[in-house]
Amino acid sequence: MAITIVDTLYLIAIILFIVGLKRLSSPDTARDGNLIAAFGMGFAIVVTLVYPMEGNNNNYIWIAGGLLLGSLVGLIAAKRVPMTAMPEMVSLFNGLGGASTMLIAIVEFYNYPADQSLLSGQMITTDFALFVGCISFTGSLIAYGKLQGFLRDSWVLPFPKLINMVLLIAIIGLSIYLLNLPSLDFNYVLILLVLSLIYGITFVTPIGGGDMPVVISLLNSFTGLGAALAGLIYSNQVMLVGGILVGASGTILTILMCQAMNRSLFNVLVGGFTSTGPAAGGSREEVVKEASLADLAIQLKYSKKVYIVPGYGLAVAQAQHLCSELDNLLEAEGVSVKYAIHPVAGRMPGHMNVLLAEANVPYPKLIDLEDANKDFPSTDVVLVIGANDVVNPAAKEDPSSPIYGMPILDVELAKSIVILKRSMSPGYAGIQNQLFFGERSRMLFGNAKSSLQKLVDEVGNA
Amino acid sequence: MEALIQLLGDNLQMIYILVFAILLGTEVISKVPSVLHTPLMSGANAISGVVVIGAIILIRQAASDDYLVLILGFCGIALAMTNVVGGYAVTHRMLDMFKKKKKD
Repeated sequence: MAITIVDTLYLIAIILFIVGLKRLSSPDTARDGNLIAAFGMGFAIVVTLVYPMEGNNNNYIWIAGGLLLGSLVGLIAAKRVPMTAMPEMVSLFNGLGGASTMLIAIVEFYNYPADQSLLSGQMITTDFALFVGCISFTGSLIAYGKLQGFLRDSWVLPFPKLINMVLLIAIIGLSIYLLNLPSLDFNYVLILLVLSLIYGITFVTPIGGGDMPVVISLLNSFTGLGAALAGLIYSNQVMLVGGILVGASGTILTILMCQAMNRSLFNVLVGGFTSTGPAAGGSREEVVKEASLADLAIQLKYSKKVYIVPGYGLAVAQAQHLCSELDNLLEAEGVSVKYAIHPVAGRMPGHMNVLLAEANVPYPKLIDLEDANKDFPSTDVVLVIGANDVVNPAAKEDPSSPIYGMPILDVELAKSIVILKRSMSPGYAGIQNQLFFGERSRMLFGNAKSSLQKLVDEVGNA
Repeated sequence: MEALIQLLGDNLQMIYILVFAILLGTEVISKVPSVLHTPLMSGANAISGVVVIGAIILIRQAASDDYLVLILGFCGIALAMTNVVGGYAVTHRMLDMFKKKKKD
């Protein structure tokens, strides 16, 4: 009787999750969607706290402490994080979820009766949950470190593929051995734990920082899978459905991101982005033209149509507000200003949209890749702010280039291109960009924020 | 093999739910405009903190003097709850910006 009521209440929570996710997929309803999903979670937690359970000791003090501590840390972290560091934050939160799955699996092993055979559905699931939780924990931390810049892409172990393969075989072998033991030996669980934690590190470390969004999305689906496995262990529907929803959504999102870069998931994971060939054209003696601020300001004011191509450099320099200021100044002069958003601009799909929305740039001004490319030939000036690989013509022209085949913004079709960049250093993919040497291209060197500030002042005065 | 069949047999209902949830998850998610990918990822990430429920069940079932389990469970709740609350709060912050702009 009690169980039927609990299951019915859980069903309500599940429906709230699904409706929440559904509403998150449209801009008008996204805010409600998030609140609905959050309410569903709160509801599921309350049901779990109060339902009658056989042999329970409740230990409510411990639960309350954990809930309170986690809520506090989560709220403070979410309030403090700057908008530019969102992807890292998501990665960090994701790792914590993975760590929780890992701890549950450890306790399940620890609690297992000593004299019983391990070869049961429950223990197979627990073993798998331990592995998935560990990868998502340490893998997310590495992804966080890479995006924060603590960890460099050049810090790679020798023979990463070999190490990963050996580790994976060792983990699978050990799992099979462990589950076939007549009784549990906890030492093997600890070895399995350590190996899985190391695997999370070696799995993510060789992947270039530019691919971290794909990795975070993948690890997000791992965490979902971990939660679903824990749901199987406890025969708990909310955990199962919630976890699987996240697992499925993470997988879809991962595939969408890979498609935007015209690469397969396999290609991202096995690598090839970081170490392919020398920087093409890097040694050639070519001259770039520098733009003068005054000329540029006047040129912008008398243009009909201006496109801004924002990239990670804009995000890092927190220059989105200045960007919008420049936009307003130019619009006041009757110039049409739009933004061309590459699907992988920034560090995550949609990252640029969020940043520009923060700076009050209206939705209709954000143009996606296909429409922007149709528009470039009739554009007077394109301002490329802190973007590089997404405007590199090598993706179309040079089959030996590591980014060959990736759809790019064809800014070279515009009448004039101005690139705001800190230096001539190559972008995330580590390759030179022929666009900078183009006939109609000019460079404006400097930090995106200070360059834009000067430009705004100049346009205001001119 | 026997264990596997046992697993399938014991959890047939759960497996039904699992399969439908996979189908539902891909269907709900596959129609999202790329603008909302980051908030969606963050929101989905918050839902993956549902593992907090497992940690709560674990503590409720633990003996009152089994401090190792209690401490591990406490950590499990705190970590997963950070994921849940932080995830929803960050998503809310991101979505707030869309709203502010809409009013203008």
